[in-house]
Order: sequence, then structure tokens, then C-alpha cells
Amino acid sequence: MWDYSEKVMDHYRNPRNVGKIDDADAVGSAGSLACGDQLKIYLKIKNGIVTDAKFQTFGCGSAVASSSILTEMIIGKPISEVRKITNKDIADQLEGLPPEKMHCSVMGYEALEDALQGYEDYQDLEDIRADEEKKQKIVCTCFGVTENVIWDAIKQNGLKTVEEITNYTKAGGACGKCRGLIQDIIDTYNKKEESQKTEGLSPAQKILKINTIIEKQISPELQKDGGDITLVDIDGNKVYVKLRGKCSGCKNSTLTLKAFVETSLREAVSKDIEVIEVGA
Amino acid sequence: MDNKLIYLDNNATTRIDDKVLEAMLPFMKEYYGNPSSMYEFAKEPAHAIKEARGKLKDFFNAANEKEIIFTSCGSESANMAIRGVLNMNKNKKHIITTKVEHPCVLNLYQTLEKEGYAVDYIGVNSNGELDLAQLEDAIHYDTALVSIMYANNETGVINPIQKISEIIKKRNPQTKFFVDAVQVAGKIPIDVQELGVDLMGISGHKFHAPKGVGALYCNSKTIITPLIIGGHQERGKRAGTENVPYIVGLGKAAEIAQDFLKYEATEVKRLRDKLEAGILKNIYNARLNTGAAPRVPNTTNIGFEYIEGELILLHLSDLGICASSGSACTSGSLEPSHVLRAMNVPFTAIHGSIRFSLSKYTTEKEIDYVNEVLPGIIEKIRSISPYQDELEELKKQKHFI
Repeated sequence: MWDYSEKVMDHYRNPRNVGKIDDADAVGSAGSLACGDQLKIYLKIKNGIVTDAKFQTFGCGSAVASSSILTEMIIGKPISEVRKITNKDIADQLEGLPPEKMHCSVMGYEALEDALQGYEDYQDLEDIRADEEKKQKIVCTCFGVTENVIWDAIKQNGLKTVEEITNYTKAGGACGKCRGLIQDIIDTYNKKEESQKTEGLSPAQKILKINTIIEKQISPELQKDGGDITLVDIDGNKVYVKLRGKCSGCKNSTLTLKAFVETSLREAVSKDIEVIEVGA
Repeated sequence: MDNKLIYLDNNATTRIDDKVLEAMLPFMKEYYGNPSSMYEFAKEPAHAIKEARGKLKDFFNAANEKEIIFTSCGSESANMAIRGVLNMNKNKKHIITTKVEHPCVLNLYQTLEKEGYAVDYIGVNSNGELDLAQLEDAIHYDTALVSIMYANNETGVINPIQKISEIIKKRNPQTKFFVDAVQVAGKIPIDVQELGVDLMGISGHKFHAPKGVGALYCNSKTIITPLIIGGHQERGKRAGTENVPYIVGLGKAAEIAQDFLKYEATEVKRLRDKLEAGILKNIYNARLNTGAAPRVPNTTNIGFEYIEGELILLHLSDLGICASSGSACTSGSLEPSHVLRAMNVPFTAIHGSIRFSLSKYTTEKEIDYVNEVLPGIIEKIRSISPYQDELEELKKQKHFI
């Protein structure tokens, strides 16, 4: 027997705002019958404010409770605020969910996000494109979970392991073939986090880090092609380097520097790094 | 029926019979001696075990008391039988079971597969009946063991064990046959000699003995290695000081069960049929998952289309009614029941499948109460389903019929 909170029990026993809004301004859904839970949410929006919300859910107690409380959380709220709601907020409002049931709160978040699609005003075109790509890329084929959903779940709940991702999104819970892919997403996320953290490095730490990256990563790569690289000076985000051996004077050397050294340093240290070649 | 418990989950576990508990208590209080000890005080427990073994021999209709080994549970019986047979037949590397087996067999087979065994998993039809032709084809010269459950825990569907036994012995007389009989013990008569099986496992708590005791029948022609190595107990087949009170309880439960077989076949079946008929008549989105397959008398598995099982169980629980579900949500795993999937139960019904399992303690009043309240619960859950159009269609079809 699940250890459901009083709040969860109250909401599945007496779900609020059940039904359909025929002239809804926004409709969103998440899950499917085959997966064992599906949620549909209907919104009435006037002057940027959610004036009414209703839901229909096929699912377990916590799925119904998540849907029910979500409608309560958004009625009367401006869209800008509603858009900030995460699955964690839903779970918190329910006074917690068992770990294996967190995916029910994620489903609520997904349905809401789906409904607000038309109302989203993205600023960065690239963001949209990256987002769309992630949205379309299905990682877990058994439950139809996309990379985007997994990424958001990691971000919103600070997830660290594949097992946690399964509890929150169901991904990897059936055949398990995508567990490797999920691990990759976790790794990518952690790497991105890590690189963002280095933005706050002190000048000395930064110099040390740049030096290490050049010595341990870039130099061995160049040596493979019979060349090498030496760090000359660092001034803020400007990194002055000298090329030796085959690389020196090579027509492609500028390209090598730009494409390889700079990318490596930008990825590992800071996206503002600029690499400058100095004469021999 | 306020504050009353209506327990319809007897395939999960059962209430201990008062007479069983009574029989056990003296061996927890005054007769605590170790049956292996060499003094008068140990005689009573040693005698009690012998007596229990005799009762189990009768229960299985085994040829000899020596063919009974006491274990701690059904899973141990299965593990001991399967591992024990394979250890004695190291040269054979092929084993067979079904897709609908209990996890204690299925997961062990998956482990054996990793250890290098070739495994055939026999499928079932949409009613849950085993594909005997596939089984016959699968058996060959290298087949060491076939494990098939007597009745399925989720659906109650009975496998034709005697027929299966004949098929196996016809194809390969060397192949051993283990039957997980946990879900038939106390529900239908068992006769290992007539059935022609080599090994059969049961678990006490499924027929009114306590949890923590089971038995394995292993015929005298079948040699197995022990799982637990140590002392000489159970003729070297299962080391560890005998769990005297529980073994006594198992013996008593087996004895009582024999007397209740007729009641199971008539009264328990009548109540099960009444419950089933009531549900199918009054609830338009209900379907019997097992069709006309032969079943143990106490079990029914019903799929409620377009609604989810856990929610049904939670609402039943609020009224004190205990049942279980093949839904993914109740198990902690994310996949719905492997049994219902093997049967190809439509995905509209698989997540909403509920098992009711009765016992000799189930009363007519209880069944009437469930039939009275269930339509309301289902209606409440249907009303929040996003599949209103599909449900409307089902309702029309039902009216048409």
C-alpha cells in the first residue's frame, strides 16, 4: 500500500474541477491509455488570466490527485505565473508523493505545458529550435518519453540517477533499453552544469584550469598530428598561445585554433574565451 | 457494513484458521525442544513433525512420507526444486516454463538463462490457457526440466497437469516436471501419483496456515541437491532446525483443507459466480478476462475498460473491501501484469483489471455488499475518465446485447 498523504487521499476521493470545457481556450494532454495514465486539461483564459480549469484523468490515485490540485493551483492566476509551475510544485502542494509516483506530478506539468504551448512567447529562436528538437526526440519508446521531459525532470527535481528518472518520468521502466541513453542525458546535463559553475572561477583558478586543459587535453590531440601547443599568456578571457612543430605555419593553423582549441576551452572553462596565436 | 473488513484477496494470503493456531501454540509454549535432541523432552516435537509429514503425504497423495520436504515458503519450494533438479542433471542445458508463471519461477528462469541455459517460455491464449502444441514442440533430448504452475495466481486458470505430464514423458522420459501448486492447495484435490508429476510445491499461508512455511513434494525417483546445506534435517535435503510450530500448523491446515474441498467446489464457487455475474450484469464496461477457461473455484479476474485499477482498489479500500489489481500502478513496477499481457488482454482493460479471490470465510452478505457498492465506485471513476466517447459506445453495445 502506498503511503499517500492526507492531501492526496482527499483529492482522489473528492476530485475538484472534473470535466471538460467545451469552448476551452487551451487544451493540453499527457500520457496515454496504453501507458496506464492519461491526463487532459482544459483552460479558459481571459486577459492573460486563467479563469477556469477542468480535467479528465485515466490513472491511479496520485494521477487524479495531481490533476485535481493542479486545477486549483492555476485558477485565478496570470499565465506568466502559471507558466512557472513545475512538477515539484504540484508534488509539494500534495504534501509529497511516493518516489515511484512522482511521474504523476510530471504528467500534470506536461499537460499544463502542452496546453500553454500556444501562449508561449519565446525570445530566442535558437531556444525554440533546440527545444523542439528535444521535444521530438523520443528516448523511451515504451512510454513515449522525450528528451525534453527527462531534461526538465532533472532540472526541476535535481535528479541524479537513472532510477530516479524512471520514478519521475517512467522512462526506462519497461524494457530498459533506453537506460544508457538516459545516463547520457544525465551526463550531458551534469557537464553543462559543471561548465556553468566555472563561470564563477577566480582568476587564479581560471588560469590553472586553462593550463591543465591545454596540457592534458589539447596538446595530446595536436601531438597526434605531429604538432604541439604552448600557453604564452592569459589576459582576462584572452588566451595567447604559440604553436610548434608541424602546426606552425600550417595554412590551417588558424582554423585549428579557432575550431578546436577555442571550442575546447569554451566548453570547459568559459564561453567568453578568445584564443589568439602569437608569432614564433 | 461499517468498519467491517471484506477480505477478497485470498490468493495473496489467507486468514489463519483458529484450529491451526491452536494446534501450533503448544509448540511455541511448552514443547519447545529441538526434535533432533536425545531426550524424552524432544520426543513430542519430533513426533509432531512426523505426524505433519503424514498429513502432507495424504494431502498430496504421495506414495511415501519421505517424499515430503518442509520449506519456508512457496518460493523456496520452487527454487529448491528447480536448482536441485538442474544440479543433478548438469549435462542438460534446456529448460521450459510458461510466460504466466509466478515471479519465483519466472525470475529464477531468467537468472538461469544468464547462467547459460536455453529457455523456452510457453505462451497462453486469450483466456489464459496454455499452448500445449508449443509445449510439445519445445521438449527435446536436452530438456532437463519443465516448470508449469497448476493454477495461475492472477486469473485462477487451471492447467491440465496430467495431460502435460503425459506429453512430457512421451517426448522425453528423462525430463523432470515441477508443478507450482501454490494456488490450488486447498482449492481443488491434488493427487501427485495420478498427475504423474516429479515435484510439486505449496505454501501454507495460501490455505489458512501462517506465513513462513511451505512444502515440496519430490518423488522417490527424483534426486535433488539441497539449497541450504548444514545439518541432517529433512533427510539432508534442507538443513536448519525444523520450524516445529509452523510445520504443525501446515499439517493441520492440510488436514482441514481436505475436509473443505467440497465446500470450495460448491459454496465458494457459488459465491464467486454470484459476484462475477453481478459485476458483469450491472457494470457495462466490465469484461471477464478468462472467458470460459477452467478455473479454481475462488478466483475471478475482471477488466474494467477505460478506468485504472489502483483507483478502483483505493475506493474499495475506503469501504473496507480488499482486492488486487494487475495494473502497473499498484505493483511499483511500471508495467502492467505479465500474465494479462501474455493473454493479450486489450490495453483498454489491462490497467483496469481487478482480481477478487474468495475463501471459505467469505459470506453471502459480503458478496451482496460488494455487488451493491461496486457499480457506484466504477461510475464515479468513469466520470473523470477522458474516454467519455468510448465509454458511451461501450454502453450502447451492452444495451444492444
